[in-house]
Formats: sequence, C-alpha cells, structure tokens
Amino acid sequence: MGISGRFSGWRVLKEGLTGNKGWTPHWRDPEPKREYDVVIVGGGGHGLATAYYLAREHGLRNIAVLEKGYLGGGNVGRNTTIVRANYYLPGNSEFYSHSLRLWEGLEQDLNYNAMMSQRGILNVFHNDGQRDATIRRANAIINQGDDAEILYRDQLRQMVPFLNYDNNRFPIMGALLQRRAGTARHDAVAWGYARGADQFGVDLIQNCEVTGIDVAGGRVVGVQTARGPIKAKKVALAAAGRSGQVAALAGLTLPIESHVLQAFVTEGLKPVIDHVITFAEGHLYISQSDKGGLVFGSYLDFYSSYAARGNLAMQEHTMEAIAAMVPAVTKARLLRSWGGIMDMTPDGSPIIDHTPIAGLYLNAGWCYGGFKATPASGHCFAHLIATDRPHAAATGFKLDRFRTGRGLMDEEGTGAQHNLH
Amino acid sequence: MRIACPLCGARDRREFTYRGAALPVPALDAGAEAWSVHVHLRENPAGPLEELWQHELGCGAWLKVRRDTVTHAMLGVVLAEDAGLAARDGEGPA
Repeated sequence: MGISGRFSGWRVLKEGLTGNKGWTPHWRDPEPKREYDVVIVGGGGHGLATAYYLAREHGLRNIAVLEKGYLGGGNVGRNTTIVRANYYLPGNSEFYSHSLRLWEGLEQDLNYNAMMSQRGILNVFHNDGQRDATIRRANAIINQGDDAEILYRDQLRQMVPFLNYDNNRFPIMGALLQRRAGTARHDAVAWGYARGADQFGVDLIQNCEVTGIDVAGGRVVGVQTARGPIKAKKVALAAAGRSGQVAALAGLTLPIESHVLQAFVTEGLKPVIDHVITFAEGHLYISQSDKGGLVFGSYLDFYSSYAARGNLAMQEHTMEAIAAMVPAVTKARLLRSWGGIMDMTPDGSPIIDHTPIAGLYLNAGWCYGGFKATPASGHCFAHLIATDRPHAAATGFKLDRFRTGRGLMDEEGTGAQHNLH
Repeated sequence: MRIACPLCGARDRREFTYRGAALPVPALDAGAEAWSVHVHLRENPAGPLEELWQHELGCGAWLKVRRDTVTHAMLGVVLAEDAGLAARDGEGPA
C-alpha cells in the first residue's frame, strides 16, 4: 500500500485544513474476473479477514470475496461487539487466546481505527457452584497464557457499585475479571479487513449471490453467481447463518441449525457502565457503546429462524433479567432491538475444516460467539486454505467430531445435541 | 407466535417448548451412521420447516408444527403421535 493511502493523525489534520477533498473510497468495486485461485463465499467479518490473511500471510493475490448483499451487512454488523478470551475447554481455549492477541495488534496491522477498547469483562456469579466453576475457568485461562482475576463481592462492589447485589434468588457473590477483554467497533472491523484485503488486490464483489457450487470428479471447480459463472481452484464458505443453504449447493448437509438471537440498545446516556458485564443468571450481558447506548441481550429465542427479529417472550425475559441485575437501566428508554441469525452446532463450538469435496473449505457454526473470533477465524481459515493443514490454534474445529464423538467442545456441559446451547 | 394446539386451541408461544426438527426416527438397530445423521445433520431450511413443540404449560402433548422459518407463519399443526415419525411397538417404521 502506498503511503498516501495510509491513515494517520497527520493526514486527518492535512485533510481538515484542505477541505477534506483528498479522501477516497476505502476499496474498489471491481467486476468479477472469470477465474480466481480462491473464492470466498461471504463478505462478512470472517470472510474478509480470511481474504486479508490469505494475502498477507500466504502471499496469495488472485482472490475474490463474493457477497450477496453489501460488505459487513450480516452478523458482523448485528452483534454486541464483545471481545474476550475466557473459554475453558482445550480447542476453544487456545483459539480465543490467539484471537485476543490478534485483536490487540489489529488496528496497527490494518491501519484502521476499529475502536478496540480493552475495558475489561466481568462474568458475575451468584452461588457456590458457579463460583467454583468460575475459579476453575480462571485457572484454565491463566494456563492458556491470558489474564483472569477472581473478584469477590466487596471488591466487585467497589468497581461496579450499581448492580443489585442482594437479589433474593440471584445474589451477586463475585466475578471473573479479564482486563484485556472489551469491545470493538463491529462495522469498522469489517471495513478495516475489507480495505486491507483490497490493498493486496483482493476483489471484493458485492451484490453477487452464489447460486451454485460446481463440482467435477469430487473436486470443486467454481461457482455460479448472480453475476455469472466464476472458476476457482479453491472455494471457501464463510456464510454464517446461511451456511446450511450455501453448503447445500454442493450437496452437503451440515450439523447446523440457524436460530435467532436478539439484542437491545437504549437511548444514548452519559458514561455509566465502564466494563462489559455478563451474568450467570439469565445469560444476560450488558455494555455501553461509545455513542452512549446501553447494549444488552441474553438467550437465543430457541427455535429455528431466519427472520432477523425475535419474539416477545425472550424480550420479556431479557428485560426482567436486566431489571433484576442492573435496576438503574429500567430508567432508560429502549431505542431498538434486532435479531441476528446464528449458525448453531450441536456442541456450541465452531467448524473450520475441509469438507468431503476436495478444494471446498468450511468455516461455520459460530453460534453466538462469532464476533470475538473474527481475527483468528480468518487467520486460521486462511492457513487451512493455503496449506491444507489446520492452524495450531484451530486443530479442534473438526466437521466430523459429531459423528465420531471425538473432540466435542461442549462448554456448557449440556450435551452435544441441537437446541441445548 | 401462537400455536394452535389440536387439544387446547390457539395458545401463546410461551406455553410451548421447542423440541427441534421433526425427523423420522431410525430403527433402533439402524446403526451408528444413521443415528448420527438423525441426531446431528439438519436440512435447516429457510422456509417451511417441520418441527416438534411440546405444549409444556398446557396439555403436555407433543405437536408436529409446520412453520415458515423466514416469516414465523404457522402453516399447520398435528399431534406428533399421529405424524408417523417413530415406529410403534410391534410395527415397522412408518
């Protein structure tokens, strides 16, 4: 990339003094070529990150990202922006650790302001059993090389005095604190990866729905799209909630159900919640955006859905939980709510793997945890596509683990079955 | 969403518990591969889906519901026991 294309404080100053006439679009809008080395299906966070790392880490240049709508218009623009590495099980643990390290260097790497804010995450526990499980998880996090601290009630109260510590059923006993966790500006993550990939010559092709995957002799040879056929040596699927439909184009059936997860945001307020706070009760979580809105959510609606909106029952549950745990929030007015389509696997953990079709790669099953995974997902998926071997941080995300039963990663311990996560 | 329970009439979604896709159950001796497919793999359609709901806060009946996953429109409800998903005692698979 040329120096003139780089963003800097100096450039902001210069443009500000010269009428802001020097800014240009962040990426090109090319016509699709007839053939690519790698075609990535899905122009969301994971697809764009995959393209970026394929170019930067593996030297590939002849890459296209095909997006049926606009870049970053799917789940990367519909999530609650939380970044963390506080998983327990081997497989997930090292992967999210890898992702958090990539997050920490992301803005410098991409030369893009992703508003990465390491404000810390607090996972609140309410009873002895949750406390013991939390301490165990904290030890696992420390063993993976990341930070974790246990705070008890009085310490937590000094840090976040506005929680309801004395709820009859769910009194707050303490919390797990990971200081390096936080939030990032979700859209900017997609835009940063898009711009970075574009600068390496990756073609980002929007309004280009993939309508067919061409397979000959057990090997993928290209795709059919709304903008004509495109040949490809390798095709990589990163279609999130739509993974089932895209994989079906190649005759594959995935261990995935798509479910709706709702999120909510209040009117903008002065800074009041400094951390990301999650509660063992009700799966509730809340943080405050830089714009001032309180962003919160809880469970899936728990039925298959492609509607990007949910039902009243889970809205009620979420409001009840927030009123019970953070009563001050009931004074804020709710601005809007929305739903995202989650690609749920039976064990709640993702898939980054080959498929039975040579040259066809799958990145899916992110459940409700895809945003924090974005950098490592792209990084590890690119490694798999380029080398045909899994990255060391993503050896556990096998497609066939449900069939064999080996290496299931069921963080909640509820069983590797649909509709339990 | 409201679901028309054949026994109780139309009731709010809150009374029902989702039990997943309504798939024909393999025979007990169908083998691990068939059972793995049944337990894990899903067509996951964007459109009409046949699924099981239990009227847990009502009569307790299991229902087979046909519902559009894009619009949430209810397209039909029958008792699951009448849906022929599983072999009954002394019978072959439906």
